[in-house]
Amino acid sequence: MSSATHFRYELLRTLRNRVFYGVTLALPLLLFLGVASGQRHATFNGTSFPLYFMTAMAVYGSMFAVVGPGARIARDMARGWTRQLRITPLRARTDLTAKVVSAYLLAVPTLVLLYLAGALLGVRLSASQWLELTGLIMVGLVPFVVIGFVLGYLMPVDALTPALGGIVVLFSLFGGVYGFELAKSGPLFDVMKALPSYWLVQAGKTVVTGTGGWPAEAWIVIAAWTAILLPAAALAYRRNSARA
Amino acid sequence: MTPDVGPEGGIVLSQLSKSYGAVPAVQSLDLAIAPGETVALLGPNGAGKTTTIDMVLGLTRPDSGTISIFGVPPAKAVQAGWIGGMLQTGAPLEHLRVRELIALTASYYPAPLGIDEVLGLTGADAFAGQWTTKLSGGQAQRLRFAAALVGDPDLLLLDEPTAAIDVEGRRDFWHSMRDIAGRGKTVVFATHYLEEADAYADRIVLIAKGRVVADGPATEIKAQAASRTIRGTLRNADPAALRALPGVLAADRHGDAVILSCSDADIAIRALLAAFPDIHDIEVRGGSLEEAFLELTADQSDTTTDVMEAAR
Repeated sequence: MSSATHFRYELLRTLRNRVFYGVTLALPLLLFLGVASGQRHATFNGTSFPLYFMTAMAVYGSMFAVVGPGARIARDMARGWTRQLRITPLRARTDLTAKVVSAYLLAVPTLVLLYLAGALLGVRLSASQWLELTGLIMVGLVPFVVIGFVLGYLMPVDALTPALGGIVVLFSLFGGVYGFELAKSGPLFDVMKALPSYWLVQAGKTVVTGTGGWPAEAWIVIAAWTAILLPAAALAYRRNSARA
Repeated sequence: MTPDVGPEGGIVLSQLSKSYGAVPAVQSLDLAIAPGETVALLGPNGAGKTTTIDMVLGLTRPDSGTISIFGVPPAKAVQAGWIGGMLQTGAPLEHLRVRELIALTASYYPAPLGIDEVLGLTGADAFAGQWTTKLSGGQAQRLRFAAALVGDPDLLLLDEPTAAIDVEGRRDFWHSMRDIAGRGKTVVFATHYLEEADAYADRIVLIAKGRVVADGPATEIKAQAASRTIRGTLRNADPAALRALPGVLAADRHGDAVILSCSDADIAIRALLAAFPDIHDIEVRGGSLEEAFLELTADQSDTTTDVMEAAR
């Protein structure tokens, strides 16, 4: 089947992009081990620091993974092979789906590695809590997939990698991914709570407090970001393909 | 002039127009191509060849006019895998080897050729294990050719397929091309190399300023334009007076040598002898396709230099 082969090669191409994959895999793991091993018994934000920071670093690595597809489509387009693809029976939707699914699949090893490292430093969750955590992260990543596409279609290819890296870092900083929160209350805290990255990081705490998932506020934030970004991505895509 | 396209429909372009801003690229272009024909779109740079090919491939939407490929619009023909295209540009996907990229492309088509067969046919087997980012210009061109062929399409569109290849590679390319055309495929290629059009196409469609200015077998194109050249030696000749002779299209003087391009050499030579009895060392020769080409695209003064260079 054509889409299966396309998907397989898409995955292969991402894996072969070693630098990119190394960053999504190794950087969060090293940061976690480096920072959390000294604070195994600390508590933070109403939960254990290792759980908090494990979630944060899992989110960090997978954010890098899922902004990838947009960048990859843009790079393929800049190389000119996208025109070649457009004159084959392959549908653009198949290409896009393959890229998104392979990005999610590549985020899985990042999560598993962080979970293992977390367990090593004393994080104990039940099977259903691990699954719930994974599910929440997967959902919370959706706006970042779309951000990848918006920037991929709008930015010049040369500027894309630093731009996407910068965006992930900003969302991480304001979302509390780096193990500290910029504010606990006030207007800055309101800004933080309006970011999907903030709620992604809270996912670890959410699964242990057993409140049955995120509060409504989190779902609204993630849905709103997705709803606003999707039309922007569609617009950018249309502008881009008209030019190609 | 246009051949009977038969029941399968062939390729029919009718009243096709496309402008980029105020600049017309293709103007009311009509063209019918029968299944199995090998047709050269010949014209100077900027004549509208690439725009025409892009429209047939469905990459560019025409402002007006229609395109039918074996009875269906371009998007449908592409979707059905009937079309293979070799574009002028397009660096291959990264992080793949040549063989993998061809296998990947093959997977998009319902009934592709064998990967080894295509690699052999295009000469890409020599570098099948190479990373796609490590190819020479000629190798990349072969890879694009292989990608166009692997789906076993009925219609092949090649936009200046030999532009990046050296002379020897060009011969190999056309050798493979002949093999493929021999399988009953319809082939349309754009070129500004006259000898390529002459040697490899059943039919030449000459395009200038977005219009078809001549259409037929190479011999017919030659006959349609300046058919003969008259050369002679004449002291103090006045080119303007020579140009005014009946049957003469153009006159040139290099020292005492004069060269007349004629639409009718029989009439021209009689008039020439009557008007300039001193002329001697007279020589009458058949025109080359190049002269025909220049003649038919005569008002393209800004682009003819390009063509002359390309023809060398």
